[in-house]
Amino acid sequence: MSRKSIQLLIPLLSLISALVVSSLIIVLAGRDPFMIFQKMFQATFGSAYGAGQVLFRMTTLIFMALAVALPFQVRLFNIGAEGQLLMGALAAAMTGAMLPATVPSPAAIPLCIMSAMMAGGCWALLAGVLKVRFGVNEVIGTIMLNFIAQGITGYLLTWHFAVPSTVHTAPITDAAAIPALDTLTGWFANSPANLSTLLAIGAALLFYMLIFQSRFGYEMRAVGLQPEAARYGGINAGMHTLMAMGTGGAAAGLGAANIVLGYRHSFEAGMTGGIGFTGIAVALLAGAHPLWILLSALFFGVLDYGGLSINAWIPKDIFMIIEALTILLVIAFSALGRRLS
Amino acid sequence: MGVAVRLSSISKKFGGFFANRNVSLSVEEGTIHALVGENGAGKSTLTKMIYGIHQPTSGELFINGKALRFTSPRDAIHSGIGMVHQHFMLVPELSVVENIILGNEQCRLFQPLPLKKSKTLIMNDAEAYGLAIDPDALVGSLSIGEQQRVEILKLLFRHAAIMIFDEPTAVLTPAETEHFFATLRSLRDKGKTIILITHKLDEVLAVADMVSVMRRGEIVGTVLASSATKAELARMMVGRNLLLRVTNPPATPGKTILSINKLGFCTKKGIKRIYDLTLNIRAGEIYGIAGVEGNGQSELLQTLWGLVPEGTLISGEARLKEHSLIGRSPAEIADMGVSNIPEDRLRHAVISNYTISENILFGRHREHAFHQGIGFNTESLNRYTKEMIADYALSCSSPERQPLTALSGGNQQKVVLARELSRPAVSLLLLAQPTRGVDIGAIEIIHQKIIDARMNGMAILLLSSELDEIIALSTRIGCFYKGFIRHEFSQEEVERKRDSANEFQKEIGLYIT
Repeated sequence: MSRKSIQLLIPLLSLISALVVSSLIIVLAGRDPFMIFQKMFQATFGSAYGAGQVLFRMTTLIFMALAVALPFQVRLFNIGAEGQLLMGALAAAMTGAMLPATVPSPAAIPLCIMSAMMAGGCWALLAGVLKVRFGVNEVIGTIMLNFIAQGITGYLLTWHFAVPSTVHTAPITDAAAIPALDTLTGWFANSPANLSTLLAIGAALLFYMLIFQSRFGYEMRAVGLQPEAARYGGINAGMHTLMAMGTGGAAAGLGAANIVLGYRHSFEAGMTGGIGFTGIAVALLAGAHPLWILLSALFFGVLDYGGLSINAWIPKDIFMIIEALTILLVIAFSALGRRLS
Repeated sequence: MGVAVRLSSISKKFGGFFANRNVSLSVEEGTIHALVGENGAGKSTLTKMIYGIHQPTSGELFINGKALRFTSPRDAIHSGIGMVHQHFMLVPELSVVENIILGNEQCRLFQPLPLKKSKTLIMNDAEAYGLAIDPDALVGSLSIGEQQRVEILKLLFRHAAIMIFDEPTAVLTPAETEHFFATLRSLRDKGKTIILITHKLDEVLAVADMVSVMRRGEIVGTVLASSATKAELARMMVGRNLLLRVTNPPATPGKTILSINKLGFCTKKGIKRIYDLTLNIRAGEIYGIAGVEGNGQSELLQTLWGLVPEGTLISGEARLKEHSLIGRSPAEIADMGVSNIPEDRLRHAVISNYTISENILFGRHREHAFHQGIGFNTESLNRYTKEMIADYALSCSSPERQPLTALSGGNQQKVVLARELSRPAVSLLLLAQPTRGVDIGAIEIIHQKIIDARMNGMAILLLSSELDEIIALSTRIGCFYKGFIRHEFSQEEVERKRDSANEFQKEIGLYIT
């Protein structure tokens, strides 16, 4: 079989097997799989609201997956997208809340976005510095930084910034809010989908060009493939480690644009809900390729919201199993595909 | 004596490509049978079929007269075949004995290992074949030559009667090579059948009984080693008469380019690798450093290319014209007009998964001529690649898409050479092992290009473990021993002695051991 056909067949096979396994589990739980899948389809693509929810989740997932994909090019495993998103989200919310109401949107939105990127980027950069300067494995580094980020944001929220007797910060100024697609066009009625989706697609394109078409990416991939040879070729591997982590973290911070600026308009406890970890699966499924991440994020967006929407028909725990199994199957199959081609 | 291995019209196809076509071969029991041929001639594929790693597309394999079909190396081992790969299959963290019995422990799971019993068996083998080894040493602490002995003992422990060696001497020092040959002979004398893959013709003539020459997947001839000559074998390998020696016109060196003065290299652990090295290389000359590997050559190159390990103490100076090279990064040194061709091509000189044209750019990607916007100017890059392909007779179909690994070793080295020799304003070339793992056909053009570069006024520091090569190319020769130059042959001496290369080699040999 040719390489091309294997590459196309593998994702299909993995999806079919995931479907079969999920059906089996649903049957075991005493439900009708066809009914469940039909409900799921209806809830996601069948309604404007559901499609908007999928779009919203997909947008955050794109940012998260990009945050994993860029460091992956230099063989770094960024487990810390969650923490970087938290730091970015708090930074965006605080900037937005502290801006005077007189600052107009064209200045307020970029300011908030920048502060989110800075916060996320610096947080990831810390893990990079630990790696380059002290040899701390980046997996350990980013996991620990996740805990610290949770602690910092939790503490600052509870003890300093929360509006009394709530779990969220003061709302951002109206000018800093990224408009919802609903208000602009009337599409995806009442859903959280907002203009950040365009930002996410733009970021994916930018990352694609950065990795595969720029001199920076040429050097970076060389460091990832053969660090020793890169050194001989006069490439500063440490610099690329730092840049990859920093840029990846900035992408994770950008997720705040979608969640905070586009939807919640404040920082709230538990608002990220572990989406940074799902981002790892999204990036792996896409082979860390920024353009495939768009599709992969859509798939996980459907899975994520679809699972939520069928709560009434099937226990949440069962769907958690299905979701995780699907991720495992898809990753296992894509690894198999890489071996075969 | 019977026939140990017989291949009958064996073919192996990978996709549409015949790696072996219609190969028939008989290997007599108790002989050393060498398989020679250029890289990609199909030697490895052929032996991998005998060892069960690959399965033939058509044809038959007979071991000791029995027609067999192996589906995996396990089957081959079962039939008494063993193979020592070019890269050893050893676990550095385990002891010699543990490595040898690995996979053949002869005890049940969760039973204690029969270490004592195995050790006696192994030591008996070691004594019988003159393979001195410390059975309790960790394999990671052994020299390459000793590790090879462990591999041989592993085959003996499994009672292999047919032993395949893939490029066994590629990693050995001359002294280890001699020792290895003695072992091969004693193995043969005790009735073992040995298949030896190599492309070093001297070795074949020194140790083999029969020689089969392969070319493009076929065996073009099998001759008695005792009646063969090097030139004859070389001609069979490439299918044409070729100059084993490039013409080296007299040099007229210009002003000094590289001056090394009292250079010292002391590792973090306080071990001195280079002592008070003083050396000048002038424009338009090749300074050849002859020496056994591990006498400080790698450290010298690291120092000159700005890649000394952290904590190393460097004393003395190394200057390019008037600028010091010490303490600069590789990128800065390259900018000053230095090119480097490191000894380990696949690990240091190229990015294997990058395409050919991306590799032609590698290390020179900072040059503005190749830039456009944030990326590269594909047009100028492609033009340059085409130029280089034509200039170096590089055989490849689509340089923008083929990965470098699609090329043979010789063509890979041509890519590196093309890139480094054409660096703008380059005045010094650090050149290590220019033809290691390169097929004979490519050696000629590589040597010619090196001589051409020298004629154009480049100063070249040449390091090679092949004395032939040092003698053929160098203007002056320094004999490197334990971190300093023990003896230097002047230009006049080298030019005079080049014609009687054999005696010259012996003379150099005295100074490097």
